[in-house]
Amino acid sequence: MADAAYKVKLDVFEGPLDLLLYLVRKDEVDIYDIEIGRITRQYLEYLGEMESVDVEIGGEFIVMAANLLYIKSRTLLPVDLQGPVEEEGEDEDPRWELIRQLIEYKKFKEAAGDLRDREEFAAKLFGRTPSAPAVDGGATLLAGEVGTLDLIAAFQRVLARIEKQKGAAREIEADRFTVSEKIEYVLKILPEKEGLKFEELFAGQTTRSEVVATFLALLELVRLRHVHVEQEGPFGEIMLRRRGLAVVPEQDLTNLPGSAAPDGNG
Amino acid sequence: MTPLSRVLEALLFASDKPMSPAECVKHLKGAMEAASENGDAVALAKCRPDEVASVLGELASAYEEEQRGFRLIESGPGWKVVTAPDAAPWVRQLFPENRPSRLSPSALETLAIVAYRQPITRADLEAVRGVNVDGVMQTLLERGVIRIAGRADVPGRPLLYGTTEFFLEHFALRSLDELPNCAELRRVELPVAARPEDQPVLPLDQAPGSNGTDAVSMSEAALVEEAT
Repeated sequence: MADAAYKVKLDVFEGPLDLLLYLVRKDEVDIYDIEIGRITRQYLEYLGEMESVDVEIGGEFIVMAANLLYIKSRTLLPVDLQGPVEEEGEDEDPRWELIRQLIEYKKFKEAAGDLRDREEFAAKLFGRTPSAPAVDGGATLLAGEVGTLDLIAAFQRVLARIEKQKGAAREIEADRFTVSEKIEYVLKILPEKEGLKFEELFAGQTTRSEVVATFLALLELVRLRHVHVEQEGPFGEIMLRRRGLAVVPEQDLTNLPGSAAPDGNG
Repeated sequence: MTPLSRVLEALLFASDKPMSPAECVKHLKGAMEAASENGDAVALAKCRPDEVASVLGELASAYEEEQRGFRLIESGPGWKVVTAPDAAPWVRQLFPENRPSRLSPSALETLAIVAYRQPITRADLEAVRGVNVDGVMQTLLERGVIRIAGRADVPGRPLLYGTTEFFLEHFALRSLDELPNCAELRRVELPVAARPEDQPVLPLDQAPGSNGTDAVSMSEAALVEEAT
């Protein structure tokens, strides 16, 4: 059952520093008095045990093992042969960098514990909750903003309307509508001041491909920030408004990806 | 009770979101405009935010002393009325669907470093924790407790992270100064990620130029804001 014990423990360590801290505490030594040889051996033993119980060892653990061995090798050398310290740290003790890191890590681990207590406490305080029903719509939107799903739902209603009108079978010439053409159309019919209802945008449009082209034009205008879409509340009417007096730059209209609308029936 | 404390008590009781003293003052003024013949309304409209704040503090300690079933706390954006912590087991029965969602130990560790050392880059966080923090940062961003706070003015212009107002609310903290042990931990000299040279950082809102933002960082920040 030793294996199980290790597995449980491994989940507990948040990283190599956490494991080192655990080893230091287990030995009841002061962090400042870390015996590098001893802790390196224990650390490597631990990694070995991890491996033997088939736990995937994170790369960070390996990096720390290499670091420990490097520090250990430096401490074995006489001081005058240790060579210049890599970073400009004036301290000669090769362990110092690691000790400092461990101490800082320990402080923040304790701070995390404080936060945990604080969170526990805060979870016991219940505030007034807004009385309006919360609408579950993935991302949170500011009141008055319209999400993609609302637009799609509205679009589907328009499509459904067309399907209904199709009732009487008749031959229709395959019209081709382009998105850039429809952008001009939308800008033309969108009043300067008051808004336009989403469904009004498609008035008189009877083919799927024309509706699709108009819808793509609307999305493009929203993307270019020329049109603002808003909704009064959940399930409310979707309104389109112009944003300021911006003029669509020419290249935006002509360089649209896939200017031609897809064929509705194709 | 003075008229002011009664009115403030009523305002906070009715409000479903935290209110700052400044907001309370706004409502006091609004009431005077709506009912200028009401002597109390005229008198209360003269209150300053600091008077309001001190009365709110008195109310808060009064509730605590009288061991009422509710408390007045100040957290992030303002003051709000909440239930007493010892009533939690019963109040929780009212909202069975709201299971308290706690952060994982690694998320809390990372959050603690962000909280004390903001604004901070991902690389500096990793230098302290000794592990990759990508996944954890994603969680923290999604939970809305941290946000992108700008870009460090070092090569590569890495993103800087800081805590949000929701962070204060989630932990029922008045401000970052209320974090335990904050004086010491902010001073701590952290191991930092290796960088060519140490340069001062420019948070978004202090950088020169048009709000100091560039298109990329703006849209990323906006995305994060939307996602929370």
